[in-house]
Amino acid sequence: MKKAPIARILVALFFAALLAVPWMVRHLSAPAKADANPGAQAALARYGFSLQEVAHASGIDFVHQAPMLDSKLDGIMPEISSMGAAVSIVDYNRDGWPDIYVTNSAIGSKNHLYRNNHDGTFTDVADELGIADVNQPGTGVSMGAVWGDYDNDGYEDLFLIKWGRPELFHNDQGKHFTRVSDQAGLPPWINANTAAWLDYDHDGKLDLFVAGYYPEDVNLWHLRDTRMMPDSFEYAENGGRKYLFHNMGNGQFEEVSAKVGINSRRWALACAAADLNGSGYPDLFVANDYGVSELYINDHGHFHEAGKETGVGFAPKSGMNVSFGDIFDQGKFSIYVSNISEEGVLIQGNNLWVPQAGATLKYDNMARDLGVELGGWSFGAQFGDFSNNGNLDLYLANGYISLDRQRSYWYDFAKVAGGNSSIIGDAANWPAFNGRSLSGYQQKRLWLNDGEGKFVDVAQAVGARDTYDGRAVALADLWNTGALDIVVANQSGPLLVYKDTPSPENRWIEFSLEGTKSNHSAIGAEITVFWDGKQQLQQISGGNGFASQNDRRAHFGLGKNPRIEKAVIHWPSGTVQTLDNLTPDRLYTVKEPS
Amino acid sequence: MSQPTTQSKPPQPQVAAKPQFRGWVPISSRLNPYLPPIFITLILLIGNLSFGILESYSKTLLAIATAIACEMVLGRIFLHKWPHPASAYISGISVGILLRSPAFWPYALCSALSITSKYALRVRGRHIWNPSNFGICAMLILASQAVASLSIQWGNNFASLVVIWVLGTVIVLRAKRFHITLTYVVCFIALSFLRAHITGDPWRAEIAPITGPMYQLFIFFMITDPKTTVRSRIGQCAVAVAIAVVEFFLRLNSSIYAPLYALFWVGPTALLIEMAIDSRRARLNGETLPQQKAARA
Repeated sequence: MKKAPIARILVALFFAALLAVPWMVRHLSAPAKADANPGAQAALARYGFSLQEVAHASGIDFVHQAPMLDSKLDGIMPEISSMGAAVSIVDYNRDGWPDIYVTNSAIGSKNHLYRNNHDGTFTDVADELGIADVNQPGTGVSMGAVWGDYDNDGYEDLFLIKWGRPELFHNDQGKHFTRVSDQAGLPPWINANTAAWLDYDHDGKLDLFVAGYYPEDVNLWHLRDTRMMPDSFEYAENGGRKYLFHNMGNGQFEEVSAKVGINSRRWALACAAADLNGSGYPDLFVANDYGVSELYINDHGHFHEAGKETGVGFAPKSGMNVSFGDIFDQGKFSIYVSNISEEGVLIQGNNLWVPQAGATLKYDNMARDLGVELGGWSFGAQFGDFSNNGNLDLYLANGYISLDRQRSYWYDFAKVAGGNSSIIGDAANWPAFNGRSLSGYQQKRLWLNDGEGKFVDVAQAVGARDTYDGRAVALADLWNTGALDIVVANQSGPLLVYKDTPSPENRWIEFSLEGTKSNHSAIGAEITVFWDGKQQLQQISGGNGFASQNDRRAHFGLGKNPRIEKAVIHWPSGTVQTLDNLTPDRLYTVKEPS
Repeated sequence: MSQPTTQSKPPQPQVAAKPQFRGWVPISSRLNPYLPPIFITLILLIGNLSFGILESYSKTLLAIATAIACEMVLGRIFLHKWPHPASAYISGISVGILLRSPAFWPYALCSALSITSKYALRVRGRHIWNPSNFGICAMLILASQAVASLSIQWGNNFASLVVIWVLGTVIVLRAKRFHITLTYVVCFIALSFLRAHITGDPWRAEIAPITGPMYQLFIFFMITDPKTTVRSRIGQCAVAVAIAVVEFFLRLNSSIYAPLYALFWVGPTALLIEMAIDSRRARLNGETLPQQKAARA
């Protein structure tokens, strides 16, 4: 190299500037964060709402128990048994007040159904109704629950997602539940973490999609051997199969997944259905652990997988959540998929799939641009307008395994995860946890949508300050006050109920739908509210997020002094209903025109 | 990663080269500078078409374009000629494969850091860090909130392993550097068993990293880089042993990117020692230092 002193100085300066870029990026693009704990009144004034954790005060003292599996897995038991905390909202007795069903996952433990007492308290009635003792030896344990009125008798029935024998319980008019799994024709064993009710063929009867995680021939309590792990951490296809149970209308279901084009053995952790391409038929989005997401487009009762062509199925990550939200108030769903981010180790980033403009269904990941990308080891998430300002916010539960705060398992995890499939696929090859944490004690995220394309994390400021290992999140107006409360199921931790207090200046409107030609639960129905030149789309879901289901009622925040133009309901039957003369701060019960 | 030229012997005193008709040069010799880029591109394409290993084509292209642009500009300024882009291409492609980030800027920055380090961090006219090793280590340390390195990729299956081993072996054999790879692998495996004995972890867990794709890239393309390894064959083997030993201790300290950091420290140290020895020998013999000659060239 020839002597060139000035050039040398310049290149040295340039080099130093390059080294300084990460520091500058870190400071300039740090996600907007609210002040920690300014107090409830200040949070209310500043962010338009505040949260208060009221589980115990409401009579809910539920602590999740994790499963204890085959002793061959003892070394990595914290990892294998790291799921099962789930929550779903249902009005099982049709009294107009949301109730809470929460799962337990230790053999012999009981699930709870918290009946809403209308006075701010809840009472566990699962035992007397026959849906508590569902984790008996030999039958596996609960991983989640989704509710849907499969026989259109007006009462929500319960499908219990299990690592083990899946169960269907018929709701006997809110007075008792009857186990009908055998009559329904469900398989003897599925290791699933997710399921969703949907009417995929528009016959007016709810069908059921169940996505397996571990293969169905694995009994985690009696392992043949320890080769039951994924064979890849990004391309695994040795997981559980998928099931689409077609409702025959006589209490029986026919498994039709292969017949309708769903063939996958990826490791599914979350699924949800919505009409994403405007065909009128519900499409299926499946978030897979150890691989790419799958998007099954519903071609009038037959599916084709369109993950790659739509852009959502290219980069393999660790999908753990699917939730839909019209975050730009433009009548289109964006999709939030949670993944893993651990500074210095693994930066997958969560995905916010925003639909492109135009007729072709294509998505862009805008999580980074909008500020909802990094959420730690993320699990369940839900969109909801917590401040009633007219913009959908996002709550995210996170944290994987919280044991010893000082010692991390990340090194051993990364060491083995990059190895050959013959090594990583065998649980015996994984170093023992020995009490170490893996992305534990993480702060939750509650991203407030500013309505201008940015989300600001206000979790600490508004009162969501727990650091439990969050799994499932479900939203409901538990006290019928026009506020979206947040229920969080934590792995090996307490069920939390965050009571929402939005600014009274902001108005709201809610809808409770009842199908007639469509399924009675109105699952799949879409409601669009038009107000103040804006519109927001929501749908009635048969299960979404991670191991969760929101309240059947649709809640819309409207902001201050709203002028509601109309609400349009697209029923699954194809019927379009327009509601005029709506006034805010009311719950409208709407029956499908026959 | 490996540069397109080999340097297994110290530069010899220049003698007037006989005029040579270009047609007499064997085609394979003329292709030599292009073989590593061709092979690494093959690995990239096979990996991506079969497993989709890249974050995206656009990020990898950004890394490559940035590396080449930096090389062209800096080479023009310092060498007063347009440098051959093959070396920068390999650095860029290495960044594209090894770096993982959902953002674009780390790819551009890592490539720029890698290439600029060649011109900014020089001792006696010679750059002492493997460029992509430097760039990736710098990113892992300085931008840990935004990047990680490839660790769980390429399907963890046997087919990808075979592809990289075959292509990698061809390249390092042609470059006469297979002994470096072999020495490191033998040491890593031996030390894995020792680590398993010390930690009580399954020995397969300790072996696991070397069965993954990151290590294949590391052992074939990074530690064999002619520009940033010592000259003597024994010295090269000794450096490979030293890298494995330093990595051993880093691993005992739960360092996730132990091999990259081990090379980051051992590589330059070995070169500095070699320079010191050369310097002492030259002083004793009153000779011109090989690296001074190389710098002049």
